[in-house]
Amino acid sequence: MTWKLFSLLLEASLMTLLVSSISILVGLGIAIVLSGMRMSGNRALFAITGVFISFFRGVPLLVQLLLIYNLLPVLGLTLPSLATAIIGLSLCTAAYQAENLRGGFEGVPKGLVESAEMAGFSPVQTFIHIRTPIALRMTFPALVNEAILILKSSSLVSAIGLIELTKMAQNLAASTYMPLPIFASAGVIYLAINLVVAWLGRRAENALPGLPTK
Amino acid sequence: MSFDFAVILAQGPKILSGIVVTILIWVGGNVAAAVLGFLIATLRRFGGRGVDVLLQVPIEVIRGTPFLVQIFLLYFGGPYIGLRLDPITAGFIGISVYGAAYYAEIFRAGYRSVPVGHVEAAECVGFSRNQIIRFVLLPEMALLVLPPSINMAIILLKETALLSLITVPEMTMTVSAIGSQQYAFVEALVVLALVYWALVEVANWLGRIAERKLSKLSA
Repeated sequence: MTWKLFSLLLEASLMTLLVSSISILVGLGIAIVLSGMRMSGNRALFAITGVFISFFRGVPLLVQLLLIYNLLPVLGLTLPSLATAIIGLSLCTAAYQAENLRGGFEGVPKGLVESAEMAGFSPVQTFIHIRTPIALRMTFPALVNEAILILKSSSLVSAIGLIELTKMAQNLAASTYMPLPIFASAGVIYLAINLVVAWLGRRAENALPGLPTK
Repeated sequence: MSFDFAVILAQGPKILSGIVVTILIWVGGNVAAAVLGFLIATLRRFGGRGVDVLLQVPIEVIRGTPFLVQIFLLYFGGPYIGLRLDPITAGFIGISVYGAAYYAEIFRAGYRSVPVGHVEAAECVGFSRNQIIRFVLLPEMALLVLPPSINMAIILLKETALLSLITVPEMTMTVSAIGSQQYAFVEALVVLALVYWALVEVANWLGRIAERKLSKLSA
């Protein structure tokens, strides 16, 4: 295991970081929209989000990625594997994040929502300005957890051809006949990234403002 | 664009064999993971501070790295240290070890939830350590441990899909192979997704029944 090989892995881990961070943020956006649909009081929207969440939580991510990867071209959409990977990871994490956010939305103090309504906020304004910020603050630890899960799950996008950390490790293992040190190094890099994310998450958690009490 | 599901469904027996392999590895791996996780948690609970700290390391390593990298390391790296495994054995070991790290944490939380006074009371009336585990700790933590265990079992079911990448003939591998033979990849993957979805929903449903039964027992 030379420094040259290790630096190639480090370089590839930037792609892992890129795919994961974009997917987490896009997934968070979709999750907020899903939560809004769930709470809109519209039965059809409620049912659709329910099926969406159940499907993306019930099917292995690998199968979802392969499906999206093969389905998009049939639908006439030929995207680079980076875009396909981000779409797949975002949809999957959105379903999990929507479930996490649900607890946060349930914990928003009723009084705050009522006072917003009294002040003339529309339901959408209340959702955007009152409910969502509080729900996000409440579920922040779950978001950090999900970020770590997605960082690990991003290894699956290697199966649809994106050259991130795992795919690079596979390529190097095949060309050098040294799978043991190379996959072990990849594992160490994932571990280091996750430890840093967990540490940053704890620091951010302490720095964030407190929650309104009931 | 037209989809032809008939060519996939015509391969029923092959699909079924994939489903059987998935379920066998899942059930076997899950049981092994739970038992191993319980043993690790028990060692950490009773083995003293040194053992506790020492066992924390492999648990953190397994929980902090992707399962895919772990099975690649085991299956492709293993032969270089004399560990030559066939895909199914490697997959089974992979699922068991990966799951054990998570189950160990679940049971550790369970052990910690039992009030110290209950254990001390059992010691006072002369219970042996095994009796304390069997008659005090396990029953008291069962209700707390069950929901995360069900969750973990479902996660492990989905993780078995990755074993297709080390050529275990489970359902992701068999169904996508049918898809490429028949040149009907999307159809194959849709069928595959639906089967997983159904399996997960059934597992969820069984889990809810188990939770209800257990909470009635302990009520």
